[in-house]
Amino acid sequence: MAKLTLTVNGKAHEVDVDPEMPLLWLLREELNMTGTKFGCGIAQCGACTVHIDGVATRSCQTTVEDAVDSEIVTIEGISGAEAKAIQDAWIKHDVPQCGYCQSGQVMSAVALLRETPAPTDEDIDSEMSGNICRCATYVRIRQAIKTAADTLKG
Amino acid sequence: MQFLFDKYAKNDRASADPVEPSRRFILKSIGGVGAGLVLGMQLPSAAKADSGAAAVIKGDAGAAIFAPNAFVRIAPDSTVTVLVKHIEFGQGPYTGLATLVAEELDADWSQMRAQSAPANAALYKNLMFGVQGTGGSTAIANSFEQMRKAGAAARAMLVEAAAKAWGAKVDDITVSKGVISHEALAKKASFGEFAEAAAKLEPPAEPFLKDPSEFVLIGTQVPKLDSEAKSTGKAEFTIDVQRPNMMTVLLQRPPVFGGKVKSVNDSEARKVSGVVDVKTLPRGVAVYAEGFWAAKKGREALQIEWDESEAETRSTAEMVADYQKSAASVGQVVVKSGDAEKALAGSGNTIEAEYVFPYLAHAPMETEDCVIEAKDDSAKVWAGSQFPTLDQAAVAQTLGLRPEEVDIETMFAGGSFGRRATPVADIAYECATAVKAIGRERPVKLIFTREDDIQGGFYRPMTVHRLKGAVDTDGRVSAWDHVVVGQSIMEGTPFESMMEEGVDPTLVEGARDLPYAIPNLRISFHKKSSAVPPLWWRSVGHTHTAYSTEAFLDELLALGGKDPVEERLRMLGDKYSRHSGVLKAVAEAADWGSAVPEGRARGVALHKSFNSYVAEIAEVSINNDDGIPRVHKVWCAVDCGIAVNPDIVRAQMEGGIGYGLGHILYAGLTLDKGRVQQSNFDTYRSLRINEMPEVAVTIIKSAEAPTGVGEPGVPPIGPAVANAWAKLTGKRVRQLPFLPAEA
Repeated sequence: MAKLTLTVNGKAHEVDVDPEMPLLWLLREELNMTGTKFGCGIAQCGACTVHIDGVATRSCQTTVEDAVDSEIVTIEGISGAEAKAIQDAWIKHDVPQCGYCQSGQVMSAVALLRETPAPTDEDIDSEMSGNICRCATYVRIRQAIKTAADTLKG
Repeated sequence: MQFLFDKYAKNDRASADPVEPSRRFILKSIGGVGAGLVLGMQLPSAAKADSGAAAVIKGDAGAAIFAPNAFVRIAPDSTVTVLVKHIEFGQGPYTGLATLVAEELDADWSQMRAQSAPANAALYKNLMFGVQGTGGSTAIANSFEQMRKAGAAARAMLVEAAAKAWGAKVDDITVSKGVISHEALAKKASFGEFAEAAAKLEPPAEPFLKDPSEFVLIGTQVPKLDSEAKSTGKAEFTIDVQRPNMMTVLLQRPPVFGGKVKSVNDSEARKVSGVVDVKTLPRGVAVYAEGFWAAKKGREALQIEWDESEAETRSTAEMVADYQKSAASVGQVVVKSGDAEKALAGSGNTIEAEYVFPYLAHAPMETEDCVIEAKDDSAKVWAGSQFPTLDQAAVAQTLGLRPEEVDIETMFAGGSFGRRATPVADIAYECATAVKAIGRERPVKLIFTREDDIQGGFYRPMTVHRLKGAVDTDGRVSAWDHVVVGQSIMEGTPFESMMEEGVDPTLVEGARDLPYAIPNLRISFHKKSSAVPPLWWRSVGHTHTAYSTEAFLDELLALGGKDPVEERLRMLGDKYSRHSGVLKAVAEAADWGSAVPEGRARGVALHKSFNSYVAEIAEVSINNDDGIPRVHKVWCAVDCGIAVNPDIVRAQMEGGIGYGLGHILYAGLTLDKGRVQQSNFDTYRSLRINEMPEVAVTIIKSAEAPTGVGEPGVPPIGPAVANAWAKLTGKRVRQLPFLPAEA
């Protein structure tokens, strides 16, 4: 166990946990931010995606220790023009089915739009292929990302 | 389709069932508890909006809420909450059932809300099952009249209350978009204004329903009620439930199906910080901890010796060889017309093909989980409960409670695809045994890891199909002999009462109801047994029968020199007009017969399942990375009767196609000496966005009663891709997945 300070959604949290514990479980069980999901535990599915210093990162394979000194943003704290555009587009297209992977999808999509404001199909494939959706809502994820990009263009 | 639990208990078929010791225990217990519970429940009529008398109940803030029946709650602020008796795991019943209520209530869509109904089979049974449960793509089909009547009854009571207050005739009052009006009196009111008065009235015995021509919401696009919560991380799933002082439990199950714990050394596990206790349960060894991570580390430190004497220790290769041996001879015949054997022997133009379909895990995004907080005289369960009646019975029996003392809050579930619908209620049962073993002081959350999920059984059964067919001198299919070999899903479960003369419909569905006119036809099956527990998997038997029948038919049509669409239409004749309807629609949408881009080919398949009709055309090329199909586009036509929510129908077709495609291309489970060789999404590969085709869905306009859409999009995609692939490469893929499973 170790006393560590983590910055999540702009707020510092002092925690006393196993430093080797994945960030995912700290967020979910210690900080009660349950929007970030457990899906595989081996960075294969992307359900646990958060932003660490702005980069879409799998929190199931990031230790708490490694996340100290970083700015962590979760689905609970995501904000800004890209986030609004993505979430509005997600709702407009009724993207979610079961919805379980969608926090991770949204986090990856926001990161994509911040890097690439007008993504092509190839850009979407490349950035989003780390996020599995077992309901296969992929058709609508693609449409929603394009709608969000159009919204941002104004 | 009443489940005869008592009959089941008497037969005690499970005693001969090697699957697992706990299974017999549970089923017997459900037999005992369920008999009264289920059979004693005789509602006068599904259609009466009858369940639960009209009443005023107290809402959270103490406000009076109008409860005209078991399904509708109208608050003073005019919000209408529908208590949804089906679990919402993406297939859309929150929106769908709310649409049905809103239609007859003449509510405005913006005032509609949905929440899960509690576990209460008397009020919330699936009218097609007799118990409360979701499956078989029945949510809309069995709720269509019931929910409309629930809405219509509420409307009639609101109108009557308004008529009394205004001194008017009910016939002069109109309701539209949530506003109650009397034109001549220039009166207008919201639902909330008359909610309390309406609650004091008698519900109408037979509420008046609209003619479908008057529908204003059914058949239109309404925004889904759960999209916002699910796009913002706010939707709450079972895994998100936090209770004060709750422990997390991971269960170490046997490495082979049918294995049992022989001995446990838990000394290292107990040293892990955060581990609270270790207990041996009927289905494995449980590690109780303060959180997931400690439970996982603790479980990794367990040293367990297993008794594998009654376990399945064969490899799938051996099992396939055994199935193949059986498939070589005719089995128990379920369909016979003409003389297929004779016709085949006398024909010089025949094909024989054998298909092998692997075990498949459902692998829902949210792994299996359950939370139980128990007291001496009651228990509260949070779960993605797909069969609340069975989960309730399993928890009650395990904890020595009566079913009505077990309250289930059905959470959003992160997918299921059948996995949460186990007849043995395995998830709730395991969680209840964990509570029972440690006592009721602290709530318990049981979580499966992904490895637990993929290696934990309850699979789409492995099957082998053998087909022989002949074409006559005109190139027409003249004989068809089909043998299916696999495990029964229903045998030894409460669903056994649905079997007749030893036939498990889930093994031969889609094969025995072949719609094509073939003069000499024989369909038979061999049932196999194994300790590997089988389970329904999105579209159940149709997952393999659609592939074998539609791919084999394609071979025969090619042999006869026939066009796959035209000849299917001829073979369907006039009798199967809904089959023909979707086939014609998809052919038109794809412009079948037109030029296909260089390096690509198209294949077609048609299949009816769960009373819905779906035809799909897939356009494929060769994926040069791994030499398997790359599917560019899929055209899909569906006839599901009245499409209550057309956009949900489209979404379910898109999702069904993606789910089916991922599995036929990549997914299969293999056993090596009984041990499952795949464990996570690295070896049990899922479809990803870069592999998802474009999908164009055509919905057939229909006035027929609505039927399901959660499953029927799945079956045609496999054979459509296989048929396109054969056209492109000349190769007939008869062993799935296309990309062989990795260890």
